[in-house]
Amino acid sequence: MRRVYMDANATTPMLPEVFEAMQPYFMERFGNASSVHSFGQRARGAVEQARMSVAAFLHCRPAEIVFTSGGTESDNLALFGATKAGDHVITTSIEHHAVIHAGERLAACGREVTFLPVDGNCLVDPEDVRRAIRPNTRLISVMMANNETGAIQPVEEIGAIAAERGVQFHTDAVQAASKLKLDVEKIGCHLLSISGHKIHAPQGIGILFVRKDTRIEPLFYGGTHERQRRAGTENLAGIVALGKAAEIARHGFDTGALDKMAALRDRLEREILARVEEAGAHSTHAPRVANTTNLWFDHVEGEALVISLDLKGLAVSGGSACASGASEPSHVLTAMHVPAERARASLRFSLSKLTTDEDVDFAIEVVPQAVAKLRELSPYYRDSARAASIPA
Amino acid sequence: MSTPETIAVAMSGGVDSSTVAAMLNAEGHTLVGLTLQLWNQRRLAGRPGMPESTEGRCCSLDDVYDARRVAEHLDIPYYVVNQQDRFEQDVVQPFVREYLSGRTPVPCTLCNNHLKFAQLLDTARQIGAERIATGHYARNEYDPARGRWILKRPADTNKDQTYFLFGLTQEQLSRSLFPLGNYHKPDVRALAQQQGLALANKPDSQEICFIPGGDYKQFLDAYLAERGEEMPDTSGELVTTSGEVVGHHQGIHNYTVGQRKGLGLGNTPGAAGSPLYVIGINGADRRVVVGGGEELLAPTLRANRLNWIAIPALDGPLRVQVKIRHRHAPAWATLEMSGSDEATATFNEPQRAVTPGQAAVFYNGDEVVGGGWIV
Repeated sequence: MRRVYMDANATTPMLPEVFEAMQPYFMERFGNASSVHSFGQRARGAVEQARMSVAAFLHCRPAEIVFTSGGTESDNLALFGATKAGDHVITTSIEHHAVIHAGERLAACGREVTFLPVDGNCLVDPEDVRRAIRPNTRLISVMMANNETGAIQPVEEIGAIAAERGVQFHTDAVQAASKLKLDVEKIGCHLLSISGHKIHAPQGIGILFVRKDTRIEPLFYGGTHERQRRAGTENLAGIVALGKAAEIARHGFDTGALDKMAALRDRLEREILARVEEAGAHSTHAPRVANTTNLWFDHVEGEALVISLDLKGLAVSGGSACASGASEPSHVLTAMHVPAERARASLRFSLSKLTTDEDVDFAIEVVPQAVAKLRELSPYYRDSARAASIPA
Repeated sequence: MSTPETIAVAMSGGVDSSTVAAMLNAEGHTLVGLTLQLWNQRRLAGRPGMPESTEGRCCSLDDVYDARRVAEHLDIPYYVVNQQDRFEQDVVQPFVREYLSGRTPVPCTLCNNHLKFAQLLDTARQIGAERIATGHYARNEYDPARGRWILKRPADTNKDQTYFLFGLTQEQLSRSLFPLGNYHKPDVRALAQQQGLALANKPDSQEICFIPGGDYKQFLDAYLAERGEEMPDTSGELVTTSGEVVGHHQGIHNYTVGQRKGLGLGNTPGAAGSPLYVIGINGADRRVVVGGGEELLAPTLRANRLNWIAIPALDGPLRVQVKIRHRHAPAWATLEMSGSDEATATFNEPQRAVTPGQAAVFYNGDEVVGGGWIV
């Protein structure tokens, strides 16, 4: 059966070059980067090489890169590491759970936490950020691009406000990396999170950018790794892979890969919506990253649509997954004041640079079919169609 | 062997539904495994009386993983469907309301009516399966003579689950498969073993799935506390059947008809020196009526919110056997309509502890004639 993957915001496959780059570090080039001997030295060399590549990707100094286990750890390290009891933290209601749930935990651990609202297009208003600042505000954490809608937040304006008021600024750039040019100077952030597996590196590796002179307390205690900011033996192969993926992503900006992705996404959105009535796209009046579209199909149960499409060979996502694998209502769409019915009828399509024209053709063919089948069996849709057909 | 078709299997992660999946898979059907996520077992953890560990509970992660492993083993697609909101609305909240108004609810029947054979069947049809198979011990078949789908007791009468299925409509019955209806439990375990299912010896689930620890009173406390609601004050008098006040109670939800323990009357004897039982609960004036064992016997019962399976409607007196709780030997009675949606059963022999809130299910031999809710 043909299988098409359109869930790149969940994870991406490794690129062959990335896999090739990391492979030797499992066996022939193994070593502990902290060891004195040649094995250790070679491992250290590979780690530092990767650090430089990631630094170039972010326009920062290599020493400002801390390797972590992924986006969740990076977000937690930023939020817990940069604040203490009595501090005030400002974040938003559309962050990834790695920030939202960490924020809730911060609140339970003596910090005051403000969750800012967003507008109907999934955008945070920088003026809301400014107004929320208190004398004890220590940290602002606003994501760069939303994982569910792709909406790009005004992080540069927020960075300027943070600088003006002397507050530290963290941005979760997990969904922005490789889709937007990242420049920590322009963003004006002190802390920035990236996850490897969203940019074609493996799962289990990520980074936190920590601006020079920004003090963070570690989450773990152990060895002196990562300048005492993250104890634990380096994930050597993962780090090498992330270095390679960052290098490829950096070059991708110059080769038109993003324009191609945006064209595919736009065609997908346009043609599905042309074929399905009572449907639309979220966040279309916001700037969006090139790979993401979130579509709603009224009178359809999104969970059943995701399953139907998977059985037809198209992998997309609806809501966010809970521990059992069931979908939960999207907190992002809820924060955008999308009515609950429509939020449940929403599906996220996220493309990667491996997505082809044929993949998009396939989705354009199967999605309208699946929606029609579901609506045929939906009592709500039959009623609404009947109501619509009654002449006024 | 039946004609191959696409069938959805409701998989709970237990032996029964896992074996159903293995059996149908071996018969060559195209299967889709579905698990209903109905309740977050961690939700009330840590509140007084609510255990931290929920291992082996329905809807626990362990069970979802068990179901997923079976699907993997059989190489069938498998999905978890989130119906927590509907479950809370259609099963948990009625359960709480019933206890607080002095009745003793049957949540499993509500779950079958509103979730398993409603929402899940809808989902199954939407994803291309016209029928749903479950691990219930029951039999269903179409009777062309009557033009109706018939629900029958299973071969393993010890595992009979028809009591919980009386609410199924003809449409639901026509789209349901109960492949275990002709099997005995030990044979099902043997089949599971034979099919290489690692969970062949997993213990049966017993209690109400959303009440870890099985103490419904502590669940009511914890659930109301979580919602920021006060436990309503339903305390009142303990009275005898002749109206004599013999004591006080702390809330009607602590009692169920037929209960003997926990009356707080010490050794106060009944009229004839026999032990006292709860005879009835009056929600309106918050009175719990107590009396001797002989006073527990009821010559009739009334049931409403009726559903008929073997007959289109009850249009005259009918001899049936009535089951008034899950573990009850059906008793002979004559059934007659006593309202537009109410039937009265007059027993041959008075029955002990007819309990409002429980289901009354009417049988004709092995067939389920229909059922209703005891008022």
